[in-house]
Amino acid sequence: MRVVDSSDRSLLLVFDDRISIAAHREVLRLTPRLRSMRGITNVHPAYASILIDFDPLRIDRGDVARTAAELFAEAAAAPWPEPRTVEIPVAYGGEYGPDLEAVAALTGHTPDEVIALHCSAEYLVYFLGFSPGFPYLGGMPESIAAPRLDTPRRRVPAGSVAIGGRQTGVYPMASPGGWRIIGRTPLRLFEPAADPPVLLRMGDHVRFVVRGPI
Amino acid sequence: MTTVQDLGRPGYAHLGISASGAADALSLRAGNLLVGNAEGAAALEITLAGGTFEFESAALVALTGADFEAGIPMWTTVDVKPGERVRCGHARSGARCYLCIHGGIEIPLVLGSASTHLLTGLGGLEGRALKRGDILQRGERVWRPAAGVDARPTWSSPTIRITAPANADALCRAAWEVKEDSDRMGLRLRGPTLDRHAGHMLTEGVPLGAIQVPPDGQPIILFVEHQTTGGYPKIANVISADFHAVGQLRPRDQVRFEQVSIDTALTLLQAQEEWLHSLV
Repeated sequence: MRVVDSSDRSLLLVFDDRISIAAHREVLRLTPRLRSMRGITNVHPAYASILIDFDPLRIDRGDVARTAAELFAEAAAAPWPEPRTVEIPVAYGGEYGPDLEAVAALTGHTPDEVIALHCSAEYLVYFLGFSPGFPYLGGMPESIAAPRLDTPRRRVPAGSVAIGGRQTGVYPMASPGGWRIIGRTPLRLFEPAADPPVLLRMGDHVRFVVRGPI
Repeated sequence: MTTVQDLGRPGYAHLGISASGAADALSLRAGNLLVGNAEGAAALEITLAGGTFEFESAALVALTGADFEAGIPMWTTVDVKPGERVRCGHARSGARCYLCIHGGIEIPLVLGSASTHLLTGLGGLEGRALKRGDILQRGERVWRPAAGVDARPTWSSPTIRITAPANADALCRAAWEVKEDSDRMGLRLRGPTLDRHAGHMLTEGVPLGAIQVPPDGQPIILFVEHQTTGGYPKIANVISADFHAVGQLRPRDQVRFEQVSIDTALTLLQAQEEWLHSLV
């Protein structure tokens, strides 16, 4: 694990320079331990790194780095937690998936084949980021990768299931978006009044399943 | 535009939730201390132009931040009478001021904070900017501080200081102009095209004040509503002690950066905290 100064109030812990299951596991085990450290204000896990925000008036960055290294060693010895599998029901195509046909055309499949391929994988939630509850998912079959829209939509409905390049994800809230929308889920990935306020967790396994109209 | 802000909701970045909070937290904290509130009490963040605020009952208030044309003096405690209207007009310079009221503003908390995060419609009053006719409740009052302090800061810096892992000459030698499409999520700068470090950047966590360079080579200072992770190369970071200055930038302002060490950044932050706590 490398520790890099990121600003006068943040440190970046780097585990690898590429996406890997091994790096993900290090991030997954260390993140909850870091969150309970005194003086830490925010923790941003990602594919192969963790950014730690701290209050420099309460704790020194040397102490943050030292404690992070201790927690890292402790985490490495910890048993591997059993992942949850979450099923996400999706109404594909039609009004819920306006880009399904385009994705099919771009990838040389029929729309039904795109749906079948999208549902065939078991995805890993590498981390949540970009927007509340948004999962960075790994494992989408490469044959349905489709480029982002040239012009992003001003408003993508909440629950939209989309493909952007080689990635797939679900928009937890209505927002502008440049990914190709192939369906929609009625599940709420972000609910501010709930505890926890997000549906998915880092480390979850996700499966998409076909369901009828919402 | 006016929104309810406090010091934000840290602690949820691992869920993709940005801390948000006041763009010039220093002025919000100072205003709250002047009226005898906890530093992080909810207040009104007034951006570029305000409006008229009618007080149904007597109140002790303070208006801090940039120089606004206002119906009350700034940077001091003011007694407002029942039925009185306080006018807050345009910013003469800078971008934001804070109307702090003794007792704070009573607003349902979202994830522990009253801050409005406009991008996601979270917090504040219905997740939006205030509009004519909105009514806000004051919170519970505790004790009344002595009035009459003139707390206007006498210090300022002609540059925004940054830290960087390497030489940040290209950033520091240029003059940058703040673009129109800047907001609480980021300050977009116009100036010479910066070299992006070649190579694919893996998405990683992003701290407040990070200066990123997207494909067009024009830097962006990521600000209070920034996304928790990002994939553009980061070349520098604004120092904590100058976050308040970023919160006062408005379109067409000229910005120059100066590189300092982390130790210098922390010394400046400590001095700023001492100034803040000298107000009470």
